[in-house]
Order: sequence, then C-alpha cells, then structure tokens
Amino acid sequence: MLLAALAVLAAACEKKTQPAPSGEGGPQAAQGHEAAGGAPVDANTILLGQVGSLTGGQATFGVSTRNGIELAINEANAAGGVKGKKLALRVYDNQSKPEEAAQAATRLITQDKVVLILGDVASSNSLAMAEKAQAAGVPMITPSSTNPTVTEKGDYIFRVCFIDPFQGFVMAKFARENLKLDKVAVLQDNKSAYSIGLADVFRRKFTEMGGKVTAVESYSQGDTDYRAQLTAIRKSQPEGIYVPGYYSEVGIIARQAREVGLKVPLMGGDGWDSEKLFELGGSAINGSYFSNHYSPDNPDPRVQKFIADYKAAYRAVPDALAALGYDAARVAVAALERATDLSGPAVRDAIAQTKDFPGVAGTVTLDANRNAVKSAVVLKVEDGKTQYVTTVTP
Amino acid sequence: MAQLLQHLINGLAAGTIYALVALGYTMVYGVLKLINFAHGDVMMVGVYMGYATAFALGREMRSSLVGVAIVFAVAMLGCALLGFIIERFAYRPLREKPRLTALITAIGISFALSYGFQLDIGFLPGAAPRAFPEVIAPVEWLVIGDRDVVVWNWQVISFGIAVALMVGLQYLVFRTRFGRAMRAVSWDHRVAALMGIPTDRVIALTFMLSSALAAGAGLLYAIKDTSVSPLMGLYVGLKAFVAAVIGGIGHVPGAVVGGLVLGLVEEFVVGYAASTWRDAVAFGFLILVLLVKPGGLFGRVAAEKV
Repeated sequence: MLLAALAVLAAACEKKTQPAPSGEGGPQAAQGHEAAGGAPVDANTILLGQVGSLTGGQATFGVSTRNGIELAINEANAAGGVKGKKLALRVYDNQSKPEEAAQAATRLITQDKVVLILGDVASSNSLAMAEKAQAAGVPMITPSSTNPTVTEKGDYIFRVCFIDPFQGFVMAKFARENLKLDKVAVLQDNKSAYSIGLADVFRRKFTEMGGKVTAVESYSQGDTDYRAQLTAIRKSQPEGIYVPGYYSEVGIIARQAREVGLKVPLMGGDGWDSEKLFELGGSAINGSYFSNHYSPDNPDPRVQKFIADYKAAYRAVPDALAALGYDAARVAVAALERATDLSGPAVRDAIAQTKDFPGVAGTVTLDANRNAVKSAVVLKVEDGKTQYVTTVTP
Repeated sequence: MAQLLQHLINGLAAGTIYALVALGYTMVYGVLKLINFAHGDVMMVGVYMGYATAFALGREMRSSLVGVAIVFAVAMLGCALLGFIIERFAYRPLREKPRLTALITAIGISFALSYGFQLDIGFLPGAAPRAFPEVIAPVEWLVIGDRDVVVWNWQVISFGIAVALMVGLQYLVFRTRFGRAMRAVSWDHRVAALMGIPTDRVIALTFMLSSALAAGAGLLYAIKDTSVSPLMGLYVGLKAFVAAVIGGIGHVPGAVVGGLVLGLVEEFVVGYAASTWRDAVAFGFLILVLLVKPGGLFGRVAAEKV
C-alpha cells in the first residue's frame, strides 16, 4: 500500500509545474499554434525560456537567476530589442528537482517553441534539461552550472561560468598556499553532481600539492542532522573542512560542526552564495571561505551599475547567481543579434562565437568545449557579509 | 568507545522525535484505519507557528522558561485546531467511503500544505529554509574527556519533554474515560456508536491530540537541527511512518520503540558507514521486520474475514 501511495505521490508531483508569470508586460507569444522553424507565433516577439529552481531547497538560486535574466531582457527591450523585435521570457519552476527540470524544458521546446533556453543553477537540473535541449536542437545557456558534464551533452549546450575542476583547484590552492593547511577533511553531498565534482578535484589537487585529506564523509541533500558525520570528521583532527555543498545545508552544517567541537574553518564553492547562508549559519559560519564568480565589492563601473540597477528593481544586493543570470541573458541577446536567423543552428553558431564579452561576473570567452574561461574570487564570511580575499586565475 | 557513546546519544535524540511523530500515525490508524499522510505536514505547520511565536516574543522572552512554554503551547494548540479542521472538513465527509479515498485525500492535504507553504504571499513563509531561533540557548550539560562526548542541555530537555508527552499519552489512553472510548472506537467504531460512544467526537479529539503531539515533536526537531523548511514534514513524516510500521501500526508503545530503533539505526549507519546508505538501510530494515513479523514488532496479525 505504501508503494501505491508513493506512486500517487509521484503522480501528484508531476502535476505541480505551474507556469510562472513572465516578467514582461509586453506582448506574449500565443500558445499552442504551429509555427515554421520553431519561431514564435507573434511576429514581433522573440520568446526565450528559463527553467529555474523557484521553489524547493535551492529556491534563492532560481529566483536570483530569474531576476538577473529579467533585468538583462528589460534592458535589451529598452534599447530597442533584437532585430527590431521585443524579447519575452517564459519561466517555469522545477522545484529544485531534475525530473521537473526535464519536463519544464520539454514544455518550453514543444509547447512554447522558445528560440533559446536559459538555466538552471544546480548541475543536476541543467543536465536533465541539456538532454532535452540537445535532442531538440534548441540552444541552451546555463548561467551557473559548473559540473563539466553539462556542456558535454552536445554542441547546443553552453555556459557562461567556469567549471568544477577549476573551483576545486582554486580552493585546494587557497587552502594550501594562503591558509597553509596540511590536513583537511571533506564533507560532500552525495546527491549532487556539483558537490561530488568539486570534492573529487579538491582531494586530488590538495594531495598533489602535498596536503593530506584526513577523512571523506558524505550527506544527502535535504538532511538536517550532520552530527554523525561531523563526529567522525572530528576524530580525524583536520585543520579545515571542505564542504562543497549548497547554502541550505552548509549553514546548518556550520552550526553543528561548532556544536561537536570542530573550530576549524569551513571552505566551499559558489553553492554557498546566498543571503540565507548567514541566517542559517549564524556566527558559526564566520571565518569560513568560499570560491565564487564575482564579488559585489568589485569597483568596476559596469559591475556597480548592475548592482545599482538590480537594487532598484529587486531591493537586494545581487548575488553571483543573479550576476551570472544577467551575463547569460546578455550573451544570449548579443548572439541573437549576431545570428543570421533565429533557427537553432544559426543561434548555436552565434553563441559559440562569443569572445571577450564584458560580463559583470568576469569576461566571457567560450572555448571549444563551450565553457567560459575566467578567473574566480575567494570570499571570506564575516558577520553576515562576504569580504573579498583574493582572485585566482586559471 | 567515546564515539560510540556520542552516536548513541545523537541517535536517541533523533529517535525520540521520530517516536513522537510516529505516535500520531499510530493513534489515527488505531481509530480510523487511515494512514494520515498529512501528519508530517501538520507537524511542519506547527513548527512555523512556533517560529512565528518565538519571533513575536522577542529574543529575551523566548529563551526564558515561560517563553518556551508559550511557544510550545501556541504551536500545539494551533495544530490541534488544524487537526480538527482537517478531520472535520476533509476526512469526516469520506468516513463511509472506501478507505482509499481518504488515503488519497490525506496525500492531497499533505501536498497542499507543503507546497502551499512554499508560496511567498501573506503570512506564508516562502520556499527557502529558515534558521529556527534558539528558544533553548545551547549550554553543554555534560562533557566527557576532551569533548569526546558532549551532551547538550536541549538534548536533555527534549528527551524530558518527549518522555513526558509519551507518559501523558499512555495515561490518557489507558486510564481515562476518553482513552477507553478511543480504544472502543479503534476496536469497532460502529459497535462503539451503538454503545452510546460519540464516535465523531472521539475521532476529532484523536486527531487534535495527534496533531498537538506532532507540533511538539516538530519543535523539538527544529530546535535540534536549527532550521525549518516547508518540506521538512514530508521527510520526517515518511521516517516516522516507517517507525510506526516497524513498531506495529496501531500499537502505542510499538511506535515509541520503532522510533527509537529507527533513530539509532540511522545514526550508526551514517556514523560508521555512509550517509548514502542511510535510507536504504532504514527501509531495508523495515522490509526485514515485515518479513519476519508482518504486523510489525508489536503488532498482531488479525485474521480478516473476507
């Protein structure tokens, strides 16, 4: 009977995808009409799609990304649109679940016939979407999925951020050279491709640089009790703990680490980047470090203008995910403008040509593997804020 | 050795909470033969009520003894009311319908609550997890060696509250008129009605009681893991359901034992093996118990006339 109940449960889940309201006041492409070449029906609108984690465990990621994308699209429309047409965005929620992400991507492709898909943040979700986008020949740009396998799905899949091996390398180098640590433990999220990817590279690089990994423990996304793992880690007496997870878990991990008597700094990746980290972690997260795509302290006028615009629109300081969402949408807009027409192959080729594109989270040049090559920053958490520490280049 | 002791303490802390939630499943199943899948989500709502109350009280007040009592009282009474409403308007109209109908309704309510609470309008909290305020300021209660074993005050207090709630429930079920009525309804609600027992009222009270227990358990859980999120109910609820089935669903002490066993099994799997195996081992253990004793550890298998 439990099985039957779970089947019903799963079926109920699938029905939950609600179309989120589009950020555009402008004309919307009518749904359900057949149009040649997958172009939107309304001749004056180019429809872009986004799938994001607007609810669920990584909700702030999806919301930040959507805000960044909306900002870029509004700017583009204010500047006259693309090829004389207005841009519109259709956003679907994936509830932070890969299976929902795949379904939402299919919906954007078959039903809404978008010219291009943006999203998601979590690599597991983007992987599920990339499968669908590649098969349908619809170009997809992920703003911030750093797992290498995402763009390996095929030639229609791009990203405007660096990849996991680089983040793992950045933290290994920082721990070894700046913090001068010899013994580090690793606590990874075994349910997340992102976390496993970062942890693997970190362990390899840190060992290559002469350090020692004392313990490797794991948890599963959604857990709230990490005392068993932390008790085991404490026994191995590390000088630091690498926790490449998401903010929703890391904040609680930090508290419980202090509780079991681990006073060493925690280190992580861009999955930490959320205001919620400070709330969940409280003072326990102070003195920890994470690698990230951008720092709001960057004095570059382009970055400061973006921050000011974002604040005016959403009353919050943009995190890196908002910045990358903004960059991804602007790379997409520039590519659409360059493309000879709006067919999948033409847009794909236009995106692939992106070179030295001035983004707010670093300059974007796409390499032959459709990944962006760019530097990373290391931030330190102090009293509910992040401080810029250093920049690490590839 | 010290590590073993620490794991034991952690496992017991988790287990008592599973046990409290499992009691709710077991009580409702006892009177209605209904698996109330919304139970975990009622618990989640209770935690948010406690969360709101703690903030309304302010930093000083909420960590005082009176403050803690108010937080628990508001959440438990609020949830009792919620339990009453759900029973009255969702389950009672389906009382004479096939059992599957009520079960699916329960799943529907579960989703309505857990996803409704992810909306960000009005009083609804939004999807992101939030830090639960420190209603019990953490103090080390017992430290052995170089912090090899640490017992925190809230672990002791939680354990005390959980045991008090269980003892109170045991008294209520076996020593009061209401308890006797409840047991009569669980035996056969039609015959109980013929004997003059107001079955509707007994069932409503059972729901209120189990929901209040869930709120108490949820608060202990939120205090333990310092966070609250709209999806916590699905997760804890499923685990507690497993605990109730392990103990023998419908059997009150069985739910307690099932909860404690599950908490300890999970802790040891994570501490000595890997967290990836935790759910597999927990559900594997359930299957093992059901293979050997189909009615759960304490349950009896009643021959059913067909």
